[in-house]
Amino acid sequence: MIIAERKPMEEIKQAMAPYKKVLVAGCGTCVTVCWVGGEKEVEILASQLRLARSAEGNEIVTLEATVERQCEKEMVTELKDKVAEVEAVLSLACGAGVQTMAELFEDKPIFPAVNTTFIGMPEKEGLWVEMCGACGDCFLDRTGGICPIVRCAKGLLNGPCGGTRKGGKCEIDPEKDCAWVLIYRRLEKQGRLDLMREYNPPKNFRAVKRPGRIQAVKI
Amino acid sequence: MTTPFREILKRKDFVVTAEAAPVKGSSVSKTVEHITLLKDKVDGLNVTDNQSSVMRYPSLGICLLIKEHGGEPVLQVTCRDRNRLAIQADLLFAYSRGINNVVCLTGDSVDVGDHKEAKQVFDLDSVQLIHLVHTLNSGKDMAGNELDGGVDFCIGTTATPSADPLEPQLIKVEKKLKAGVSFIQTQAVYEFDELKRFTEFVRNIDEKVKILAGIVPVISAKMAAYMNDNVPGIFIPQHLIDELAQAPKGTGIAKGIEIAARMIRQVKEEEVCDGVHIMFIGREERVPEILEAAGLL
Repeated sequence: MIIAERKPMEEIKQAMAPYKKVLVAGCGTCVTVCWVGGEKEVEILASQLRLARSAEGNEIVTLEATVERQCEKEMVTELKDKVAEVEAVLSLACGAGVQTMAELFEDKPIFPAVNTTFIGMPEKEGLWVEMCGACGDCFLDRTGGICPIVRCAKGLLNGPCGGTRKGGKCEIDPEKDCAWVLIYRRLEKQGRLDLMREYNPPKNFRAVKRPGRIQAVKI
Repeated sequence: MTTPFREILKRKDFVVTAEAAPVKGSSVSKTVEHITLLKDKVDGLNVTDNQSSVMRYPSLGICLLIKEHGGEPVLQVTCRDRNRLAIQADLLFAYSRGINNVVCLTGDSVDVGDHKEAKQVFDLDSVQLIHLVHTLNSGKDMAGNELDGGVDFCIGTTATPSADPLEPQLIKVEKKLKAGVSFIQTQAVYEFDELKRFTEFVRNIDEKVKILAGIVPVISAKMAAYMNDNVPGIFIPQHLIDELAQAPKGTGIAKGIEIAARMIRQVKEEEVCDGVHIMFIGREERVPEILEAAGLL
């Protein structure tokens, strides 16, 4: 899923400064699961904003709404009436959601309240880790199901760099594992270390022609 | 030092290279002094490529200066700052100006350097870079196009014999050897046994490749601790840190030189590898003292 982090309150406050009435819009999918943009977080952000403005003697009215997926036009259309009532929208969806909203309501300024960070998964409660770089040319079968494109700080394809820390930690962060040490251990366990000895040629970084656009093919 | 490095590697029993680190800025007079001082005392002068991800005068530029002053330059190329187009273009330029030796390495992450917000490239990795140089040597570019005027680089690479765990590192070394390199300049080694274990591994795969042990003198216990924490791939053992800590005040550099020379002598006497690569970063003018203490002058 897509992982995001909420922007600092100061930045959000500054963005909302010119407005008296805004819609705080959440998304019920990825950002709900990673605790930044669901119904609960919408409620919290709206009340934080009202309190902050009230303390400044400059009240703001907040409408609140969360749709199931802010990246789908049909679902965002449900917000039409609410959007009509406000001067601006503060979206807690990922970048795709924010843009869907902006495209549907072209006359309204839309503000992102979160920073979209990566495609990942929860490692444990409250901790999300990056897993996929959406490179368009998946080769997880060759790396024991561990993606070096994003889990190696340098995206190396043929083994670890020379900077691996003692115990197999990453050069740039002792908290993070070296992806190639993980790959080594996984393949060793599977008796498939020969895979790691094979040369991986330079990646086709144009496997996805950016900006990405895919037409569904009927099967 | 007018003999091509490729010939030196073939002929000489004990090869010595040193590092000429580029300056931060355009003032190269000090670097020229280092080049003049070292060019006839070593077999090749390596020039680092934005070392430790700190922006500096380019490796290519210093290599040109070495060439102009009659030295034998060894161009270090990392994958961090340039994509495959830029790397190939730089290599064509280098060869056309008489820079015929290239060391292929990954490069540190931008996170350890002084431009931490930069976009790092890593379009290629070091194994792919070695393949790339072979492709250029064959008269073609990476896209398969013919080159109008080819190149013939002597290709080297690096390795970290002290890595822990070592096995994943050795698999990568194996890939580099299979890609084809004439020499390996190792990351700094401080434990003789680690170097021995590494060279035995390499020899089992490739008998001809020349291995130059990396020597980075450490001049104080404080510097050793700093390097252990901050320099990727460096592992200085406690017994050396203790030895440095016991050195009387003001004798740190002399002690560092003594330890480095001791290691070089041992490497040479026990014929554990084919030479050394001395990296006395920021103190290049004192490299001759190491060479002298090691009996190499």
